[in-house]
Amino acid sequence: MKNTVFPGVLVVAGLAAGVAGATTLEDVQARGKLNCGINTGLVGFAAPDANGEWSGFDVAYCRALAAAVLGDPTAIEFVSLTGKTRFTALASGEIDALSRNTTWTYSRDVDLKFTFVGVNYYDGQGFIVPKALGVNSAKELDGATVCIQTGTTTELNLADFFRANNIGYEPVPIETNAEAQQQYLAGACDTYTTDASGLAATRATFEDPSAHTILPEIISKEPLGPLVRHGDDQWADIARWTLNALIAAEEFGVTSANVDEMASAPTDNPEVNRLLGTEGNLGEMIGLPADWAVKAIKAGGNYGEIFERTIGESTPVGLARGLNAQWAEGGLMYAPPFR
Amino acid sequence: MSTLTDPPKASFRLSMLVYDTRYRSLTIQVVALIAFMLAAAWLINNTLQNLAELGKPIDFGFFAEPASYDINQRLVEYTSRDTHLRAAFVGLLNTLLVAVLGCALATVVGVLVGVLRLSGNWLVARIMTVYVEMFRNVPVLLWIVFFMAVLIESLPSPRDFRGESPEASMLLFDSVAVTNRGIYIPEPLFSRSLGDLSLGVFDVSLDLVAILAVLGAGLWGTARISRRAGRIQEATGVRPVTWYLRLAVVVLPVLAVLIVLGFHLGLPELTGFNFQGGIYMRNSLIALWLALSFYTAAFIAEIVRAGILAISKGQTEAAAALGLRSGRIMSLVILPQALRVIIPPLISQYLNLTKNSSLAIAVGYMDITGTLGGITMNQTGRELECVLLLMGVYLCISLIISVMMNWYNTRVKLVER
Repeated sequence: MKNTVFPGVLVVAGLAAGVAGATTLEDVQARGKLNCGINTGLVGFAAPDANGEWSGFDVAYCRALAAAVLGDPTAIEFVSLTGKTRFTALASGEIDALSRNTTWTYSRDVDLKFTFVGVNYYDGQGFIVPKALGVNSAKELDGATVCIQTGTTTELNLADFFRANNIGYEPVPIETNAEAQQQYLAGACDTYTTDASGLAATRATFEDPSAHTILPEIISKEPLGPLVRHGDDQWADIARWTLNALIAAEEFGVTSANVDEMASAPTDNPEVNRLLGTEGNLGEMIGLPADWAVKAIKAGGNYGEIFERTIGESTPVGLARGLNAQWAEGGLMYAPPFR
Repeated sequence: MSTLTDPPKASFRLSMLVYDTRYRSLTIQVVALIAFMLAAAWLINNTLQNLAELGKPIDFGFFAEPASYDINQRLVEYTSRDTHLRAAFVGLLNTLLVAVLGCALATVVGVLVGVLRLSGNWLVARIMTVYVEMFRNVPVLLWIVFFMAVLIESLPSPRDFRGESPEASMLLFDSVAVTNRGIYIPEPLFSRSLGDLSLGVFDVSLDLVAILAVLGAGLWGTARISRRAGRIQEATGVRPVTWYLRLAVVVLPVLAVLIVLGFHLGLPELTGFNFQGGIYMRNSLIALWLALSFYTAAFIAEIVRAGILAISKGQTEAAAALGLRSGRIMSLVILPQALRVIIPPLISQYLNLTKNSSLAIAVGYMDITGTLGGITMNQTGRELECVLLLMGVYLCISLIISVMMNWYNTRVKLVER
C-alpha cells in the first residue's frame, strides 16, 4: 500500500508547487513593496544617510524601479547583502532585483541562472596603497599582503593577475568593505583591491584620503549592473527598460526638474513622447501604466543626475564619468531606442 | 472442583489495532513512521523539483573544475589552478589544524583554571571565577572578532620594523617577529634532508617520519625501563633511580638524528613587504585559536571543577592519612576518579569547539566553511551541494572525535566488580 500512496502524494505536492508561482510583477504589486538587494554599505553606491534612509548610486536604481512598478520610490524593502549572500538571496526569491555593484559575467548569467538587465557602471579592478609605501605599479607588489572581499570576481582576477605576472602575494579574505578598510588602515594589509569605483568610494571615507593612491593598473573588466532571476522575462524587461529609461532620459535632456512639464504635453521629439507615455502604448506593452518612465525619472533624476549626485566629481567619492559618459560624449552609455 | 477452560481464542480483527493494548503502541509507531517519511519525501521532492525548475539539478561535477582562487594558509601544496576538491581539502586541513590546536589549549587552560578555582588561595580562586564567567557568557563570535581586532590594532605592522631606528624590533635574538599580520617563528630546516614521500594527495616529509620513529622507539624504551624498575620494586621494595636513563633514551637518539639530518633553524627576515622565512602563524589563525580555546576552556574548567567536587572529601582525607602529599593525592587518587565524570561532557566541549571553528570566516581564516562553503559555493553557485557536503564533513569529524573520546572513556571508567 505504501508504494501506491507515495507517488500519489508526490504528484499532488509537485502540482501544488507548480501552481503556486505567480509572475514577479504580480507578486511585487500584491505585496505593495519591492524587495531590492543592495550593498551592506559602500559610500556613494549604497549607504544610509543622516536620516537613516538608504541612498546612493545602486539604491537610486532600486528607487526608480519601485517608482516604475508601484508608482512610489519609497515602497522598497532594502535587503543588505554581502558578496557571499547576494546570489542565494536572489535565487531563492528573497529579493526581486539585485542592485549591488555586481559584475556581469558569463557564468553568473548562464550557470547561476540570472539575467543581467544592463550595465550601470563600467568598472575595473584596481589597487589602493598608502603613498608612504612608495609603490607606483601593481607589478611592484611582489610578496605584498592583499586584502580582498571574499566571494567576488576580484578574488579570481587577483589570482590570475599575480599568476600571469609570476609574482607572489598573500591574500587576506574579508567579508565586508568596512572590515577591509579597518585592516588596510591598520597596516594589516599592504594594499586593498576591489573595483576602482569602490576604492574611490572607500578612500573618500578615510581620515586623510590624500595619503593613499590608487595604482594605475586596472586588471579586469567589471561591468556592474542590476540583475534578476532567470525565468520571468516580463520582469527582466521591466528591470532592463527602467535602466534604459534613465540612460535615455539623460540623452534626451529629460531631468527630474523638467519631466513633469515634458510629460504634460507631447513634445517635438517623438521618442521622448513615447518614453514619457504621451504617445504610443509602450507602458501597456510591458504591463505598467503609461507614465511608468516619468515616475522612474522623477524618483531620482536621469542617469547623469544620479551619477553626479551620488558618485560624481562634486561628491567626496569624486569619480569622473569616463567610460560611463553618454555614447555621444565618448562613453559607453547607450540606451536602445524606445520604439 | 472447578474446571478451567482456555479463554476463547479471539481471531484478529482490524479494530484491535486501535483498541487492543497489545497492538496499539505498534500502530502508533507505524503511523508516526509513515507520517515522518511522507514529510521527508515531500521536502526532498519539493527541493529537487524547485532546483530542476531553476535549471540547477544536483551535480557535483564542479569539483573537478579549477578553483581559480588562492588560499593563504596551505598545509599542502595548492595553487589557484588546482580543483575545487583540492581547495576543499586545504580548507578541511585548516579546520582540523585549528580544532586540534584549540582542543589541546582548551584542555590545558580548562584543567588549570578548574583546579585553581578550587584553590585555597582566595584571590586566585576569585580571578578564575571572573575568567570563567567572562568567557562563557559572551558569544564566541565576539571573542573571535575581539581577539582579531586586538591583534590588528595593537601590534606593529611589518613596515615599523624597517629603517635605521625602527619603531618595533624582533624578539628572542631576532628570531621571532610579532606583527599585526601574524607571528613569525623560526622553522626547522635540514641541510641533509631525506626529501618528501609523495602519497598522491599530499607529501609527507621523511625527516619528520624519521624523527617521529626515533621518538616513538625512545618512548617505548622508557616504558620498558619503568616496567623493569617496577619489577625490581616488587621484588626488593626499592625502586631504582631511572630518570636519567629514561631521559637519555628519549633525547639522545633524537639529537643524533637531528645532527645527521643537519638540523638548523630558518629565521624570519624582513624582505620586501613582509617577513620571509620561518613559520608564519597568521593572526587569523591566532585569533581564532585563542578565542575558541579560551571560550571552551571556561566550560571545561567548570566540568573539571564538578568532576573534582564529585569525589568525596573522605578520599582526600584517607589518602592524606596514608601519608600521600597533596600533589600525589590529586594525581593518584582524585583525578583518576574524577576523569570518569569529566570525560563524557568533555567530549561535547571538543565537538562544540570543532563546530564553532566554522565561525572562522569572521576573521578570514580559510577553513572548510571558508573554502567549500564560502568561495567555492559563491563562484559555482552550487549552494545545496556545497552545504550538504559541508554538513557531511562536520558530521564525520564530530563522529570521529566522539568515537575516539568514547574509546578513551571506556578505558578510564571505573571497573566495577
